[in-house]
Amino acid sequence: MTVYDKATIEELYRGTLPWPQLKQMMSAFKDVERFDTFLAVLQEQVPWDDQVLLPLGPKLFIVLKDDGSIVTKSMSGHEFGDYRENWKLKARIAVRDTDEKMQEIYPRWMHADPAWMELREYYDPLDGSLLEVEAVPPGYPIVHSFEPYLEGFYTEWLGREFPPKRA
Amino acid sequence: MSNVALEHDYGIGWGGASLAGMLEESERIFSETGHYGGLDELPLKATEPIRYEKMFSRLRGGLVGARETAMNISASPIVREVGELCFALYTPEGDAITLSTGIMAHVHTMSMAIKHMIRSDYETNPGIAPGDIFVNNDPQLGGVHNADVMNFLPLFHEGEIVGWAAGVVHELDVGAPQPASMPIGTVSRYEDGLILSCMKVGSNDTLNRDYENRIETAVRMPFYWVLDEKCRIAGCQIIRATVERLIAEEGIDTYKLFMREVIEDARRAFKRNLTQMTVPGTYRVPSFMDVPHEEDKGLMPDYAAVNSMMNCPLSLTIGRDASFHVDLDGANKWGYHSFNCTPSGLQGGLWVVLSQTLVPNDKVNDGAYLATSFNTPYGTWSNPDNRSVSNTLSWIFLIPCFTGLVHALSRAFTARGYLEEVLAAYPFTGNITQGGGINHHGQDAGWSNFEHSSCGISARWGYDGEVSGAAMWNPEGDMGDVEAWELTEPLLYFGRRIRPNTGGPGKQRGGSGWECVRMLYGTERQILFHCNSGHVFQTSGLYGGYPGSSGYRHMITNTDMKERIAQGLPYPVEDRDTEDSQIVANVEADHLIDRRCHHFPVSQSEYDLYLSVLNGGHGLGDPLDRDPEAVVADLNSGDVLPRFAPTTYGVVAEQDADGHWVLDQSATDALRADMRKQRLEDSVPVEEWMEGQRGRAADLDFIEPVAKAYRESIALSENWAALYKDFWGLPDEWSPPNGDASGRDR
Repeated sequence: MTVYDKATIEELYRGTLPWPQLKQMMSAFKDVERFDTFLAVLQEQVPWDDQVLLPLGPKLFIVLKDDGSIVTKSMSGHEFGDYRENWKLKARIAVRDTDEKMQEIYPRWMHADPAWMELREYYDPLDGSLLEVEAVPPGYPIVHSFEPYLEGFYTEWLGREFPPKRA
Repeated sequence: MSNVALEHDYGIGWGGASLAGMLEESERIFSETGHYGGLDELPLKATEPIRYEKMFSRLRGGLVGARETAMNISASPIVREVGELCFALYTPEGDAITLSTGIMAHVHTMSMAIKHMIRSDYETNPGIAPGDIFVNNDPQLGGVHNADVMNFLPLFHEGEIVGWAAGVVHELDVGAPQPASMPIGTVSRYEDGLILSCMKVGSNDTLNRDYENRIETAVRMPFYWVLDEKCRIAGCQIIRATVERLIAEEGIDTYKLFMREVIEDARRAFKRNLTQMTVPGTYRVPSFMDVPHEEDKGLMPDYAAVNSMMNCPLSLTIGRDASFHVDLDGANKWGYHSFNCTPSGLQGGLWVVLSQTLVPNDKVNDGAYLATSFNTPYGTWSNPDNRSVSNTLSWIFLIPCFTGLVHALSRAFTARGYLEEVLAAYPFTGNITQGGGINHHGQDAGWSNFEHSSCGISARWGYDGEVSGAAMWNPEGDMGDVEAWELTEPLLYFGRRIRPNTGGPGKQRGGSGWECVRMLYGTERQILFHCNSGHVFQTSGLYGGYPGSSGYRHMITNTDMKERIAQGLPYPVEDRDTEDSQIVANVEADHLIDRRCHHFPVSQSEYDLYLSVLNGGHGLGDPLDRDPEAVVADLNSGDVLPRFAPTTYGVVAEQDADGHWVLDQSATDALRADMRKQRLEDSVPVEEWMEGQRGRAADLDFIEPVAKAYRESIALSENWAALYKDFWGLPDEWSPPNGDASGRDR
């Protein structure tokens, strides 16, 4: 059975694992303990004490607070509200909808026509981290990218109580 | 269920059953038990696991070997250079047992063609017998587009059918009015070229002479088709010999049990992988594609010469019961263009993704198909309610669509910590260079260049994407040698180079795409196509990463290349930067630059140049978090143009005396701190932004292709209409202004 120690998963998280080792991880059977190991790594990285229940990205997490509420929270500590709501609605947004704004990122002609499509940039209101870029036509409803069945995941897939007791 | 009255009492199926009867029984058993073949246990695997795995390995090895051997029969560079072929073995009912490497998209498309033949009672007419040869390239029956031609050989043991061997190859030309295998500008199926709808074309291992005559007269350069067909048939015969040897050694009863078990085994493995690697929930990733035909008025019928946009609002729902449901509810209407899909084609796209994500092993078969479900709403581009629509380049919509599925699964892998599997989706595999005309050998030819099989790969978690890696539809893809393409195409290569800024920015950068500059030579003229997403990014990057660059078209005609060559003057081997074009600097010519990457083909003359820019991958993570030294390395390698280091990455670098870029760390730190502050100053709360956009959304105050896509999605999907209205706070009675509520605009 495949097993990786915490140091290896931390290197994977940081992107410092050498390519041959990464390739081996891709080819090997998956380690069943990964979720718990990864949560343990993340819990050491975040600068706050709330319990990470589910990672949503490098800087975004679903966390359990001391008051029992479950919210989406960023690495900087900004809380985006109930985890079942679309966190983007509580972010700050800047939209690249002109050639001039597009050409800060792309050479001329090598970007979408702003009349057809815009780039929506969602920022962390605390530290200005860019959390997501959405490439959609103007008028497209903001995308709720991921709605996890968190309770079912914990109770039915992991066989654990929900919300879990603090590790 | 068969809707054909069977005309015989004694069939070729097991125990004297008809083949259609076997298929009905198989579907009934699965429907009632939830297990393929009704197997709630895997007795062979449980009692003799080594024997079981050995049997699988022999079959799988036989199929891989068949592919490797058969591809040498073909003369087409698409096959020999890029490996655009695949072989598969099926049960009598048409369920895939195993397949070779290559274009795995076809694991279920060929299954659908076999099932069509069974349901249509081919057993009675035209008959199914040992040595028979069937062919299909009709995407409405099984396949993605008619460029993919399939052959099927039924496999028999002592008079009983025991399966099917099948092979598929992408052809160079399909005999359409416009040359090449995937012509653009077609408005109906009747312009797609030669379509062979599940036809019996041979018996006793010999192709019928009338069929051979048809091919000789129906397509350009028929010898490529003929050799490809021999390649497919030879591969199928190798598979047949492999199965016959296995049955002789293991016994027919064991083989029959084995084929059921291996499919049920794969179905269970898919569910296990799903529960181990993902999180239940709903994932949503829209993607888009432009179809800009408005300027083709006069070349195409008026009703087809319009600008339109594909809306692919893909959602993936992974159920608590480990169900896997892909839904295209909200997709917009089909169109009078070359890019409509069929449900069969979409199964091809689904398999591309599954074989690279949740089924990352050798047991790729229809077991996983049985563990998935897929909604392709009727009337949309994914399932047109008009059987005459064109499908010749279905991949144009399939690729954006299924890049969304990779995107969704990457979020799932992140949530479980399997970061080594995270990928910021697929890039669109363009530009696709195609063309035809009298070639440099004096032949009337059509050709499809497949160097787009190696576009940049998107970024992974922690790692940049690979440069010029592969294609989403062929993980073994290769750009091919220029000398091989020059044999079939009258365009000389002047250069192939990494194209700066094609990879999407991010903490991890999308792998760079590349470009090639070519010149028409040895031909008076050629009809040429481009093919890429020009007006849109097909989808987003991941976690703050930006999409890879979009495509553009740069046509270079009426050049002075003949004089330049005669005088030994410089000529362009790259273009490099649209704002400092090396082609413009080094050729006197008429230059047309625009975003019309899907267009009716245009005629170009000898000494005209052709620029092809191949896409890069998408980025992952905030570009301001990218290691500044990595950005400097990008400047020195030519992956990023210097002017974008500060504006995109917040990196300040200077060139030393040797011209190498060197990081200014303190200036970089200061610039990045300023940029983060500036982001907050320039941005607004999302709810405030929504308030400002609401009126525009209510009025559908967008350019016509966008407004039309919304009108169509709203008309075709109650759910999408509710989503649009709810999000923008529009009243229930709101309906799209300035358009026919039915979604029909003509």
